[in-house]
Amino acid sequence: MTMTIEAADKTFEAYDPVLRDTETLEVNLGPQHPSTHGVFRMNVKLEGETVLSLKPVMGYLHRNHEQIAENMSYLGSMPYTDRLDYFNSMSNNFAYALAVEKLAAIEVPERARYIRVIMAELTRLVNHVSVIGFLLNDLGAFFTPVLYAFREREKILDIFEEVAGSRMMCNYFRFGGVKRDFPAGVLDRIRKIVGVFPKFLEEFEGLLTQNEILCLRCQRVGVLPYDLAVSASITGPMARASGVNYDIRKIDGYSIYNRFKFRVPLGTVGDVYDRYMIRVLEMHESLKILEQALKEIPEGPVLNPKFSALAKAPRNFKPPKGEAYGRVEAPKGELGFYLVSDGTPQPWRYHVRAPSFINLTVLEDLCIGHKVADAVIILGSIDIVLGEVDH
Amino acid sequence: MEERFPGIQVQIVNQGLVLKPGDLIRVAEFLKESEEFKLNYLSLITGVDYLEHLESVYHLYSIDLRTGPVVLKVRVPRDNARIPSLVSVFRGAEFQEREAYDMMGIVYEGHPDLRRIFMWEGFEGFPLRKDYIPEDDDVLEWEDVEWLERHNVKVPEDLKEHARRLKEAGKEARAQKPTEKEV
Amino acid sequence: MKTPNVSNIDQGLKSELGKKGIVITTLEQLYNWGRAGSIWPLQFGLACCAIEMIASACGRYDIARFGAELFRGSPRQADLMIVAGTVTKKMTPQIVRLYNQMAEPKYVITMGACSIAGGPFIDGYNVLKGIDRFIPVDVHLPGCPPRPEALLFGLTTLQKKIAGQEIEKNEWYRKGLKREYPIPEFGPKGLIPKFNPEIWRPETASHRRERYGDPILIGKKTAAPKFETFGDSQVKVGTS
Repeated sequence: MTMTIEAADKTFEAYDPVLRDTETLEVNLGPQHPSTHGVFRMNVKLEGETVLSLKPVMGYLHRNHEQIAENMSYLGSMPYTDRLDYFNSMSNNFAYALAVEKLAAIEVPERARYIRVIMAELTRLVNHVSVIGFLLNDLGAFFTPVLYAFREREKILDIFEEVAGSRMMCNYFRFGGVKRDFPAGVLDRIRKIVGVFPKFLEEFEGLLTQNEILCLRCQRVGVLPYDLAVSASITGPMARASGVNYDIRKIDGYSIYNRFKFRVPLGTVGDVYDRYMIRVLEMHESLKILEQALKEIPEGPVLNPKFSALAKAPRNFKPPKGEAYGRVEAPKGELGFYLVSDGTPQPWRYHVRAPSFINLTVLEDLCIGHKVADAVIILGSIDIVLGEVDH
Repeated sequence: MEERFPGIQVQIVNQGLVLKPGDLIRVAEFLKESEEFKLNYLSLITGVDYLEHLESVYHLYSIDLRTGPVVLKVRVPRDNARIPSLVSVFRGAEFQEREAYDMMGIVYEGHPDLRRIFMWEGFEGFPLRKDYIPEDDDVLEWEDVEWLERHNVKVPEDLKEHARRLKEAGKEARAQKPTEKEV
Repeated sequence: MKTPNVSNIDQGLKSELGKKGIVITTLEQLYNWGRAGSIWPLQFGLACCAIEMIASACGRYDIARFGAELFRGSPRQADLMIVAGTVTKKMTPQIVRLYNQMAEPKYVITMGACSIAGGPFIDGYNVLKGIDRFIPVDVHLPGCPPRPEALLFGLTTLQKKIAGQEIEKNEWYRKGLKREYPIPEFGPKGLIPKFNPEIWRPETASHRRERYGDPILIGKKTAAPKFETFGDSQVKVGTS
């Protein structure tokens, strides 16, 4: 007999006065825990099973990327940006390349721009499908959706390996283009993947979207109101689920995104279920962008000729004095790099604006009043990755 | 700007506004509420270490009008780096200000919970300042030797000697500069 | 790797009996075969290598064929700790604590360059340059990140090592063995102690140290950039 949501709410309220007689318990959802998506710790104060307060503790993966980058040449920190958000390495490279190109006013050839968009959207597909898999892992569907998701991910990772040489840490983008052109046959393989993906999405959605357990456990849980989302600088699918209409691909229109027609899905309630649906809809939009880009991609060079020999002597690249902030719509939110240059080959200040780090600001507000199991799901829907949180 | 706030001193550097610490909250609130600008999305707070002073940089965007960024900068001296906190205006400043405190040592007054966020409590020093020198990881110092002996771990004699000599010389094991010329 | 417990029984006799359905082996071989064929890892992914670990458990590079199917959540139920990802100084006490909580016999594989010796982040104030400073490691697996096939190779290497261990000389059946290592504490500048000298000694001559110095210092720059100021004027808001 399924319980409707209203009936479940009523029973929660009915239990509430009884729970007030218990004492509070402080529990450590510690750094090693199957559900924390990495080494992230939450100090949770519980009364029975209800969360009273939650303090996140991070820094267990603080790898001082900023200090290393301040001593490296600009090109030398490109592999380190891969390891920030280690799920989507292409987006991190994209943001860094944009920031440096803004700083030094570098032109990018047309074919390289299309290649960049194709890589970024493929990364978005990879990320969203894996995140849904991990969210369902937290819900209790032990690993099966992850297996489905990783099957598709492996196909896309094969493409990355052929194009860039490595499955995950691609290090593919350069200032003024990408490192090298597609080998023969890769475009057709991407077209095939894009052709098959909708069918996989149909199967995936058919199993999940109307699923009773998902609906009961995820709706009305972790509701993020519009004003709090704007004030707390939330970006990405989490903000769009609350109705904030801010997609950097549309607003900044960086790197030829303004040539493609795609829509930005917005949610109404802002709960966990909305965030899940937004990611599914965004995957559909990404497929649209990919189809358009694959049709229109021109021939031509892929790297600005002035910078093709940069790898042999990276310290020759001395951008002019100044500062720049380049940002992209990474699958997790707004990823930005703030660079201050003083005319030497090393940057003076290099800062990463990490979306996962800032999206965690509201974790406490979302979890108060819910049970511990819901706190785990809410963390899963915020979609953090610890390499970014701790840069 | 000057007609709204008489007496405010503003400079423009690199397309950013440099403000005095006292004016920060007024200007941020004005920019957020006013119909002309409506900059209600704070995207980035960073600390930067220019050797004579520290600077805190803010990037503001507008969601409704789709404009931005407007860059605000606040300069403070190194030994007394205190800036009023923007948490009352923008909630998203909370973690970023903690990070700027942890890495640079800029103290934000009015922040509800200003603790170290990446390093552990009790860590001394501000890592991203330009004069921070990290420790040398391969050399045992005298406190390490004492701790190990308290926990019944045998310490080889040569490491013990080295630690004792370091303590007598009053030096600490710090990272060394390269011995050859930098290539 | 030599397996010392090769049985002395004549191979011809063994195969003859095998055709009749009788299997002859030594107790040691049976014991080690059972242990090596069902190693249960601890779910301990720290950073990027964890994703390759998960990918090796998925359908394409199935780790379940080698017996390591169940990733346990609790250290008491696990035999193997795959340290996948960068080990930071803040995380080290928890790792040593987890290692102490595992039950004998226990093994450690360090996956990825970061947990072997610091990896690409070796110039870091918060990065521990190798987890083998505090706990003993059985198999090192280089790569950044190592491919799932490499992790499977590491697992088979560990299985060969287990197959070579002898029952009489095993450590965990002797009296009084407690493989518990002291848990480091946080000091003002780093961990106290910096490493455990019973397990690890630093190298005496380090090429890296002579050439580049220790963690590269920021002190190379002495002058801050000075940007021109334009005096007081109204700010223009627009996209940049």
